[in-house]
Amino acid sequence: MSLPAHQGRVPAGENGAAATSAHVTVRGLTKHFPDAVVYDRFDLDIPRGKLVSIFGPNGCGKSTLINMITGLIPIDAGEILFDGKPLRDIKFGYVFQNYREALFPWLRAIDNIQYPLKLMKLPKAERRRRTERMVANLGVKVDLNRYPYELSGGQQQLVSIMRALVVEPQILFLDEPFSALDYEMTLFMRDQLQRIFVETGTTTVLVSHDLEEAVYLADRILLLSRRPAAIADYVHYDAARPRTDATLSQHEFVQVKAHCLEVFQREVRKG
Amino acid sequence: MKAIRFDPFLPIIGVVGLIVIWYLAVWYQVVDPVLLPSPVDTFRALWNGMAGGRLGFDFMRTLERTILAILIAAAIAIPLGIALGASERIYRSVEFVVDFFRSTPASAMFPLFLVLFGVGDTTKISVAAFGAALVILFNVAYGVMNARKTRLLAAKVMGASRLRVLTDVMLLESLPQTFVGLRNGVSLALVIVVVAEMFIGSTDGLGQRVFEAQQLFAMPDMYAAIFAAGGLGYGLNLLFLLVERQFVHWSGK
Repeated sequence: MSLPAHQGRVPAGENGAAATSAHVTVRGLTKHFPDAVVYDRFDLDIPRGKLVSIFGPNGCGKSTLINMITGLIPIDAGEILFDGKPLRDIKFGYVFQNYREALFPWLRAIDNIQYPLKLMKLPKAERRRRTERMVANLGVKVDLNRYPYELSGGQQQLVSIMRALVVEPQILFLDEPFSALDYEMTLFMRDQLQRIFVETGTTTVLVSHDLEEAVYLADRILLLSRRPAAIADYVHYDAARPRTDATLSQHEFVQVKAHCLEVFQREVRKG
Repeated sequence: MKAIRFDPFLPIIGVVGLIVIWYLAVWYQVVDPVLLPSPVDTFRALWNGMAGGRLGFDFMRTLERTILAILIAAAIAIPLGIALGASERIYRSVEFVVDFFRSTPASAMFPLFLVLFGVGDTTKISVAAFGAALVILFNVAYGVMNARKTRLLAAKVMGASRLRVLTDVMLLESLPQTFVGLRNGVSLALVIVVVAEMFIGSTDGLGQRVFEAQQLFAMPDMYAAIFAAGGLGYGLNLLFLLVERQFVHWSGK
């Protein structure tokens, strides 16, 4: 799949091996819904330490894909491995689109964040230590003693992200995390996520319905086709981080985005 | 700005309006004076009765029975509702039975409970508990079943076991609905207790008080007892609402 959009942009030789080492390998993934075949012998590699955006036509199974990878939806056939290990042997984080329904309103923000540590049966002092360290590292300015419903939408989603990160996951999944926020907050949260990614270097998979956001945040953009979903393209985007508003008007960004849009349109029209 | 200052006093308008109409009805003798005593006579009877009189004693007896009934009902129905709600298939299999008896007027059960428990307090309390329990059961089970799916998935994806999902998420998710059940249950329990006090060989309680006052044509006493029953119902509802606000601070947010 050599396409003009990523020709000559992958620096030859630099981290050649590391860049291609797969963190997650999906092989022969098959999933049938009662009315449709969603995935049919689907293969995918998710590279280590990269941020992969998943973008595609409505209902093609973007969220279904990460829900199957994280075990929320059972698969019919195939194999999903993390460094060769099954899901139960790894730590991962998951951020839902609907933060309002994903957080526990009866717990203060801080207790929401510590809940997964409680499930890991860590002692109270250790839970507090780890949370404080993470909050300090991320430089988050949210009053964590409040209840979720006392926080703004963006702050709630930030709490969700911290809840996913507190276990120090090897991989972080986000399902359209900013789509319920207003535009101003979305821009702010994009940069928060980028900062967290740069800070932690955690392999990150982001499902997005906003192409600009998908490209802006990604090292690689996974473009899916209509059902049964196949890889329409798996585009590289290597602009330096931190990316800023200026990035959005750079030639490279515009070109990659235009290419992704073209692939997307082609896939939409096929239906 | 003026409107805001008077807003808290708006509910008083209805009360004052009712008393004014009542007064006018008595003044112009719209209704036979024997059937409708003046507000003053009624409130005097209420005051005298409640402050150390017979009415206060009856009030406490009815309160006691209602509280006992709701406690028994809650102790049975909440755990059972959780168990049923946790498995939708189990709930579906008993749903018809629950709905059927929930729709059966509890007063129709009096003769049966009389045979079982005799004419004492046990019968009154157990019929009230029976009626309230079904209302609570239904609400708790639905509260558990309608727990937000995302919240359950969130707990699951963080590695919570089925039991942890139940105790950490489902139970708390069902609390707002549980309180709806408790409030409806306590209202129903009060209705059943008062009816039972009227007709099942009772020597005390608000129901008996209303009935006896009517038999003796002591109209101010009868109205006083009715108001006392109304106050009791309203007070119990308010109490549960305040407790709910304390415990389920996230409700509706």
